[in-house]
Amino acid sequence: MRIIWTILVKDLRIEWRSRETLPSMCVFGLLVVFLFNFAFETAREETLRLLPGLLWVAFAFAGVLGFNRSFAAERENGCLEGLALAPIDPSTIFLGKMLANLVFLGVAEAVVIFAASLWYNFSFFPALAWLAAILFFGSLGYAALGTIFGAVAAHTHMREVMLPVLQFPVAFWILILAIDATADALRGAPRVEIAGGVYRVAGVSLIFVVAGFLLFEYVLEE
Amino acid sequence: MPPATSRAERALELHRVSKYFGDVAALRNVSLRFVPGESVLVYGPNGAGKTTLLRTLAGLARPSEGEVRFEGRNLIENSAAPKKALGFASHSSFLYGELSPRENLRFSGRLFGLRDLDRAVSSALDLFDLGARADEPVRTLSRGLVQRTSLARAFLHDPTFLLLDEPFTGLDATSVKNLELLLAGLVRQGKALILSNHNFEQGAALAHRLVELDGGRLKYDGRLEGAPRVSEGGPSLPESSLGKAEG
Repeated sequence: MRIIWTILVKDLRIEWRSRETLPSMCVFGLLVVFLFNFAFETAREETLRLLPGLLWVAFAFAGVLGFNRSFAAERENGCLEGLALAPIDPSTIFLGKMLANLVFLGVAEAVVIFAASLWYNFSFFPALAWLAAILFFGSLGYAALGTIFGAVAAHTHMREVMLPVLQFPVAFWILILAIDATADALRGAPRVEIAGGVYRVAGVSLIFVVAGFLLFEYVLEE
Repeated sequence: MPPATSRAERALELHRVSKYFGDVAALRNVSLRFVPGESVLVYGPNGAGKTTLLRTLAGLARPSEGEVRFEGRNLIENSAAPKKALGFASHSSFLYGELSPRENLRFSGRLFGLRDLDRAVSSALDLFDLGARADEPVRTLSRGLVQRTSLARAFLHDPTFLLLDEPFTGLDATSVKNLELLLAGLVRQGKALILSNHNFEQGAALAHRLVELDGGRLKYDGRLEGAPRVSEGGPSLPESSLGKAEG
């Protein structure tokens, strides 16, 4: 836990100083929501259909930006290799980086949701608890994928392009489930239905976290 | 109480190691053994495999064939204990530009689980005369100061095996002299020094043993005094530099 915390604090400190990752994630997410608001002048019924997909598209693209930046700092001066030189389990590096990515993604999501509630004149409060659970588990799985593929892409020449190319075909599953669960939560579906959606998102997320935990060792190697 | 590990048992070894990058062989069937207390100069022309050799010893590059052993065990498969005994400084500084030298060292010290972290960091900063700039972001420091911070990072956890790839790069004359004295002192204390250096005379002044590579092949491994004129057509071994360092 101490090592995970050390890596998480280091990433937060670097972001606090550089302010490179979070602003770009938030701006990108806001831009998506803003442009869609202009493109579709929606009534409440249509907003309900549009919003879940729209939100997760904004989160997905903002996330890719964040994951790329997260490993840009590690790539600079060979810091990822510096981590590999330490007598620590590579999976703790994965968990530390993943939690940092989760924090950044969580902040960007909060900003995007707040903006969406204003621009679409839509209250998320009735579904806030469910939405928080879906966002947490969906973002956890997405951050796990972003961390593992971010590290893979960091070793390639076209890393900015490679990350979405590698990540989206796998992230597709969690995004679909998260959109489905978010739609159920926002339209006020029966409790059992929403809970089932949350469990599915949590299950897939857990699989991605465990896979990243087990595979990160190999990603760190040349 | 377990018996103390002897110097010979604490060996770091390459056993028939080859390393390929695609079709290019950076190391070909290299076997070497390093023990604490010896100072080794890894020498060869550009592309000889010096950096790959050091990276392989540090556990950063997995051999394509053969294995790296520490205390007789595979280094890659049992990496936690060996890593505490290895200090590696490379062309890359392994430092975060947004963090200061002190913060970088504290971060590294935490990863290595150092007990008295404040004291270890202060000692490392003092050792490389970084005190005055210790709290400025690394990205604002000069090349020489970054190199000194990188070396401080490699020395921080008091490793037994020091793997230094061109450690004098970017250092001013005073820092070079200080580093030479420091390295000679560490070898006298029983540390193993394995360094590559493009300046043969400078490296030879510190080393007792020469490992010469050419095209990834081991060309010579033995005492520096008995070495043939290094790399025919290359720089000759100056008599004045032989046997200067103490064992």
